[in-house]
Amino acid sequence: MNPGVNTNAQRPATAAVAAPASGWAIELEKINKRFGAVHANKDIDLKVARGTIHGIVGENGAGKSTLMSILYGFYTADSGTIRVDGVEQAITDSRHALALGIGMVHQHFMLVDNFSVLENVVLGAEDSGLLKPSLDRARRELDRLESEYDLEVDPDAIIEDISVGQQQRVEILKALYRGAETLILDEPTGVLTPREADDLFRVLETLRAQGKTVILITHKLREIMAITDNVSVMRQGEMVATLKTAETSPEQLAELMVGRRVLLRVEKGTATPGRTLLEVDNLVVADDMGVPRVKGVSFAVRAGEIVGIAGVSGNGQSELLEAITGMREARSGGVRLNGNPIRLRGDDGAARARAAGLAHVPEDRQRMGLVTAFMEWENAILGYSTSPEYRRGMLLDIAAAKRQAAEQIARFDVRPADIMLKTALFSGGNQQKIVLAREMDRDPAVLVVGQPTRGVDIGAIEFIHNQIIAMRDAGKAILLVSVELDEIRSLADRILVMFDGVIVGEADPATATEGELGLMMAGIAGPAGETHP
Amino acid sequence: MSALRPLPRWADVLVLPLLNLALAFIVSGLVVLGIGHNPFMAVWAIVTGAFGTGYGIGYTLYYATNFVFAGLAVAVAAHGGLFNIGGNGQAYVAGLGVILVALALQDTHWLLIAPLAILAAAVFGGFWGFVPGWLQAKRGSHVVITTIMFNFIASALMIYMLNRVLKPAGVSGPESAMIAEGARMPKLGQFFPPFNYTPVNFAIFLAIAALIGTYVLVWHTRFGYALRVMGQNPAAARYAGISNSRMIMLTMTLSGALAGMVAFNEVLGVQNRLVLDFVADAGFVGIAVALMGRNHPVGIAFAALLFGALYQGGNELQYVISGLDRTVVVIIQALVILFTGAMEGLFRPGLQRTLMLFSPQQTETAIDRSTVRSES
Repeated sequence: MNPGVNTNAQRPATAAVAAPASGWAIELEKINKRFGAVHANKDIDLKVARGTIHGIVGENGAGKSTLMSILYGFYTADSGTIRVDGVEQAITDSRHALALGIGMVHQHFMLVDNFSVLENVVLGAEDSGLLKPSLDRARRELDRLESEYDLEVDPDAIIEDISVGQQQRVEILKALYRGAETLILDEPTGVLTPREADDLFRVLETLRAQGKTVILITHKLREIMAITDNVSVMRQGEMVATLKTAETSPEQLAELMVGRRVLLRVEKGTATPGRTLLEVDNLVVADDMGVPRVKGVSFAVRAGEIVGIAGVSGNGQSELLEAITGMREARSGGVRLNGNPIRLRGDDGAARARAAGLAHVPEDRQRMGLVTAFMEWENAILGYSTSPEYRRGMLLDIAAAKRQAAEQIARFDVRPADIMLKTALFSGGNQQKIVLAREMDRDPAVLVVGQPTRGVDIGAIEFIHNQIIAMRDAGKAILLVSVELDEIRSLADRILVMFDGVIVGEADPATATEGELGLMMAGIAGPAGETHP
Repeated sequence: MSALRPLPRWADVLVLPLLNLALAFIVSGLVVLGIGHNPFMAVWAIVTGAFGTGYGIGYTLYYATNFVFAGLAVAVAAHGGLFNIGGNGQAYVAGLGVILVALALQDTHWLLIAPLAILAAAVFGGFWGFVPGWLQAKRGSHVVITTIMFNFIASALMIYMLNRVLKPAGVSGPESAMIAEGARMPKLGQFFPPFNYTPVNFAIFLAIAALIGTYVLVWHTRFGYALRVMGQNPAAARYAGISNSRMIMLTMTLSGALAGMVAFNEVLGVQNRLVLDFVADAGFVGIAVALMGRNHPVGIAFAALLFGALYQGGNELQYVISGLDRTVVVIIQALVILFTGAMEGLFRPGLQRTLMLFSPQQTETAIDRSTVRSES
């Protein structure tokens, strides 16, 4: 059948992707996968040309994961054909997929933290009973791969000592070592700093130049535009379009993904700051190892403004957030909420901060903000279980909690709207909405938000941003920490840049350019050009 | 690795334990066969021994009472993510509290002694749980290690107390004086003749109350909520402002107090004096009971009954089939613990696959979970 044909006649014109000279690396035809009533993949056609970078975008639940699971052998399709290098294959499991030259780099790495890079690469691919010959062979092969694809990693470094970006390279090397010709990357930049993401893109370009095929699953349209040759858009189990990247725009892709027009820019009025609600005074915070991460930070957030803290991740933002919200003891310095100092000692500081009117959307919702094994309604009272509204004598007023959870779900359009569903089964965007709904529901004076849209799909991002702006306009003081510079620039009324545990400068998002902010984030230049070594 | 959907609740709490149990009995049957006896006869002897007569049922319920308390002690701690292996020591030390109250008040009525003995058992057992809890909360010593140590300390302490402090003049064995006749708690046999000559006593009602109370506590109180948050995700507990250190100390105290109720059953209900090793490792059986009962009171009630029946039926076995005795039952118990406790996950993947064949609705969510899971 015609490659790249549009399966939905109502969609805007789709540029047909011509059969490439190099041939198709992967051809999926009429793939169907049903899970009971859910039709996860409907008649999916996808052709990936050899030696290209092919992007797949779509919201959570659009069927991307299912499709890639079928290609990688996690699941077998109900119907349809898969051709690898033009030969029809019935992929039975991931080992089989690997043997066919299909490798996958998961969003969350599958590495042994206390093994070296070399050991991780060899793990599961040892070719003799004794380890030494395998490792020696692997070291030579790794050397070759590293130079061929410009993927520098120290083979003897221990995984837990290297950066996330380097760990990702190890995952790529693992796939290449096993002979991958086609590499599937699932949301690869979700865990990376902007610089690491740039490095990754350079690696992907090298892979392409060497004739490898890359399938990139992402929800970041900017990345699609920057690196891919072709892009396929999925929505609700259907492949709605396959386009040449050069012939499309982020706006068009967003519309195809969501099925309606999406505003990529946040629309907000000017801030009208009132009195100071949150004051941070010379705060010094150490991490779990006792290393100081926040080295004397002072700032204030006023009612009706959003203050954004920008910075490359790992420069003390997480520790700063945790100290302000009472999750981590500060070494020295103080935090005042609404003029009242809050005591930051003990392991229940978060309860005192909440009582003082601070709400907190944590950076890592699954690690901190939710108990994923709980039902949704149980998470709707996390942090507030002792408040009077849920008290019925000595018991927890479960009926009240469920009522409130149902209200929150309705107001924030959480899907599925099922308060009895286990929280782990909600998508990332909906999990984030559950946290936001809970924290905004108490009408807090101060809202502290970390990485509000990490791993959240585009429709939900728009919603979350609008909610944050609405909170600002309702006269709340909002502190926003994000590693997404775009997000900070579009949401914040003032930007503080953090580098190596101190605030190196303040910028006005209306006038500061990305370049200026980037230099400050790298610790090279202050706002007036002064240097910060 | 393919994604598997988590088991539905009914399969998790019912089918899986039954499968494990069936396997344990099959392997036990092979053992009996190997010794040269008919396994069906042996099972029949155990079943009739445990449930065939009022006498058998009385003993089964008496054993089950102990195992309910010990199982609940393990379960409450487990809900908070703590593994209390110290049930034995906590029950043992609680016996000291019970006997002190009982001896001090033996001139009064048992109706006065019983509630105070429960309180004393809770205080003494709770204290023996609190100390390891405090050590973990404040000093970072893991309760698994400290509770094991506290079992040994309890053992040494009680030997000293029995030999040097509680032993009345003229008694040679290491045991305390008997409680005066008039102060002894009556056994159920006095009100219900079929239970005559069996040790089952009013403690069984306390066990039922403890089962219900634990259910309410864990799933219907703010404390239980905080407990489960801590057990599932300590970082989320910290985020929620739940003090992990305070919760650990409270939970271990509560767990120890529950284990202490074994002493109430044994000392006030049966022995009427304090004897050496009266706990008879009920604390360890409690671990198996909690594991098999999935830390849920309903499951624990059934598991405790099963182990009670094995204890009682095993005792009867030697009278029915010569050549088989309690040691065979020890083997069966060991196999039950092995298959329901240590290897409880044996059938899980198979059962998950089987169920997914029949009800694949949520399979997609299972894939999504395995691909986007954050626990990395």
